Amino acid sequence: MIELENVAYSYGGGELLSDLSLQLGAGSFHFLTGPSGAGKTTLLKLCYGALRPTSGQVRLFGSDVTHMDRDAIALSRRRVGVVHQDCQFLDHLPVAENVALPLAVAGQAVPGQDENLRELLAWVGLTGRAMALPPELSGGERQRAALARAVIMSPEVVLADEPTGNVDWEMSQRLLTLLVELNRMGKTILIATHDLQLIRAAKAQVQARVLRISNRRLQTAGADL
Amino acid sequence: MKLSPATFRALAKGDKAADRVVPPTGFTARLTLFVAAAMAFLAVFALALSLAAGRLAASWGDELARASTVRISAPEGQMAAQTAAALRLLEQTTGVASARALSEAEQQALLEPWFGPDLPVASLPVPQLIEVIETEQGYDPAGLRLRLQAEVPGAVLDDHARWRKPLVAAAARLNLLGWVSALLIAATVGAMVTLAANAALAANAQVIAVLRLVGATDIYIARAFVRRFTLRALTGAAAGTALGIVAVLLMPAGSETAGFLTGLGFRDWHWLIPLLVPPLAAAVAFIATAVAARRVLGGLS
Repeated sequence: MIELENVAYSYGGGELLSDLSLQLGAGSFHFLTGPSGAGKTTLLKLCYGALRPTSGQVRLFGSDVTHMDRDAIALSRRRVGVVHQDCQFLDHLPVAENVALPLAVAGQAVPGQDENLRELLAWVGLTGRAMALPPELSGGERQRAALARAVIMSPEVVLADEPTGNVDWEMSQRLLTLLVELNRMGKTILIATHDLQLIRAAKAQVQARVLRISNRRLQTAGADL
Repeated sequence: MKLSPATFRALAKGDKAADRVVPPTGFTARLTLFVAAAMAFLAVFALALSLAAGRLAASWGDELARASTVRISAPEGQMAAQTAAALRLLEQTTGVASARALSEAEQQALLEPWFGPDLPVASLPVPQLIEVIETEQGYDPAGLRLRLQAEVPGAVLDDHARWRKPLVAAAARLNLLGWVSALLIAATVGAMVTLAANAALAANAQVIAVLRLVGATDIYIARAFVRRFTLRALTGAAAGTALGIVAVLLMPAGSETAGFLTGLGFRDWHWLIPLLVPPLAAAVAFIATAVAARRVLGGLS
């Protein structure tokens, strides 16, 4: 699905990430962890083409990112669902339309989608909030709305950046359950988090690999968790 | 974003969902409408001025160029003889199509605006005027002057060139200035729409980031803005043009007796020219927004 090969990235100063290789295979479940500022968000951005590596190679679904133009990147986003740490929405449109936005943008909005949309909103527990505007949502509701938006196109990969960053434990459990369900449906999942409790909870439900960024490199952790 | 027929079809048809992704902005929308209307109004006047000046230059150039005047000042007893001699001489001159002495009534009509209707022309030493119409080739004014001097001592040839040339030049320059004004107005509309579009793109940075995240192509994002600004410019310019045309219609008509002062307005098919202002304003807005959107979006990740 997504392959990184000897990737390095620098924001101008020293290298933030260097000599980093990673393969996200179909149906895999990965956690990405590491201290704040270690480059978790940067790595995720490299994975969906928002950043281009300063050296090395990133391949999205087999194509080299450095040779993809802006439209090709945009089209690849339709196969990758992204949940951000601070989820952003179109604040003037209700939740239901925000969740359906990827369909509208892809020109795949069809009259029959309302039923699917209702099911999806029920799945993330937002049925009663469908007509609310995003600024009226709580932190947890925003995260779940972002997750619904990320999966409405039935993407092959879901990337989540601190999806439980500003919600309580119970809510983070619910979000994790949703992501695990997606993984069981065959989606590739990568979650960046520094919440070790969450990782432990996930390991009980799913075969998850834990990657840790330290000293600008990626290490496989897991045995110690 | 290319100027292809498909783009225009998509623009005309519109996409309700795409229109909704950019939040409505009441104040800047009204400003854009207002500026487009004001510029269209001014453009109609610039065009009217330009076309009227063009008509002036043409009429002064063509009609007056082919006419000249011979003025005969002579003692009362010799007037008739000198006039007949001048007429005879003019008829023999190559390049003169016709020559005709003005009647007393005609001369009185010419003087009437200055001296009033009751002027007894006959009792005044008014010179006799002879109207000379040239053929297309024209005559040689220097040669004619010499021969008149020799045969009709009281005759003076006035070929109008002295005062006609600067007037024609002024009218032609006015015509040019009118077109330059119209061009400047179009450029101003472009600049204004570019500024407004840049402001809108900057104000909607979050909208663009969200659209980009969920897989929107640049064309989709740009179209949402381009369509909005094109429609605003079209609507505003249509209103401004309509007001401008009404204002031109309400201008007091230049009366026929005013002679060379043609009315400031449109004649015949020239009425179609101001109707081009709204589509042109829309085209300028389309291009300006598309370029601004491409520049802003190209700078994003």
